[in-house]
Amino acid sequence: MNAAVWIAGGLAVVSALLAITRRNAVHALLYLIAAMLGVAVVLYTFGAAFAAVLQIVIWAGAIMVLFLFVMMMLSLRTETRRPLRLRQAAGPAVLAAILALELMIVVALAPPDAPAAAAVEPKQVGASLYQVYGLGVELASVLLLVGVIGALHLARRGRNEREEDAP
Amino acid sequence: VTTLPVQYGLLLAAALFVVGLGGLLFRRNLLFMLLSLEIMLNASGLAFVVAASRWQQPEGQIVFLFILAISATEAAVGLALILAIHRVSGTLDPEELRKLRG
Repeated sequence: MNAAVWIAGGLAVVSALLAITRRNAVHALLYLIAAMLGVAVVLYTFGAAFAAVLQIVIWAGAIMVLFLFVMMMLSLRTETRRPLRLRQAAGPAVLAAILALELMIVVALAPPDAPAAAAVEPKQVGASLYQVYGLGVELASVLLLVGVIGALHLARRGRNEREEDAP
Repeated sequence: VTTLPVQYGLLLAAALFVVGLGGLLFRRNLLFMLLSLEIMLNASGLAFVVAASRWQQPEGQIVFLFILAISATEAAVGLALILAIHRVSGTLDPEELRKLRG
């Protein structure tokens, strides 16, 4: 079981790395879904079954399908042909590597007496969510409503195209 | 459900976050930058859940739920913006969007 979690976590990192280096956007999306599934396995193993299911259903399912639809609407052939410039990537890559190393060292040097993870049941999560954090749920629903209206407004045809013709 | 050190989950979250950060920094395509943001949000949610499982509290998964809502909103608005930008300028390269002389 422990080895399976290590494999799932490693797979998630490798898939994420492959996702951000692909030229083809659809391939990148597939790698990203693999990474999300790996993270879901890790979440489940840490006793968060509720979060793991949400991760698969909403993140790997709904949000990635949203990305896929937008990729189908854009014709990405022209962009995907442009090669990655490795020299441009060197600076950020070095910075990110230093940050990664630092984080690894800090976490690895933490006292090892931290107890093992224990399961938190979905029932517990639901009770706390609606009894203690009811205001947060309301705020999240308002946020989603704003997102829907904003996306509808921004993606609508019409005004933008007239601006394009003007100059 | 087995016994796992919390460090492992935090290490994984850190690694995923850094991968997303690297992608955000070096990709010159708005769509891939948005994908990298998704990776970073996912990593932070993982860190919340792992840290809360250390104390056996449900708050980690509740924050995960909120991060999920934020991520969905961000993806919807961001993708709509990408569609609008692509319609107006015909490109997804942020370096070629120079209408504001940035």
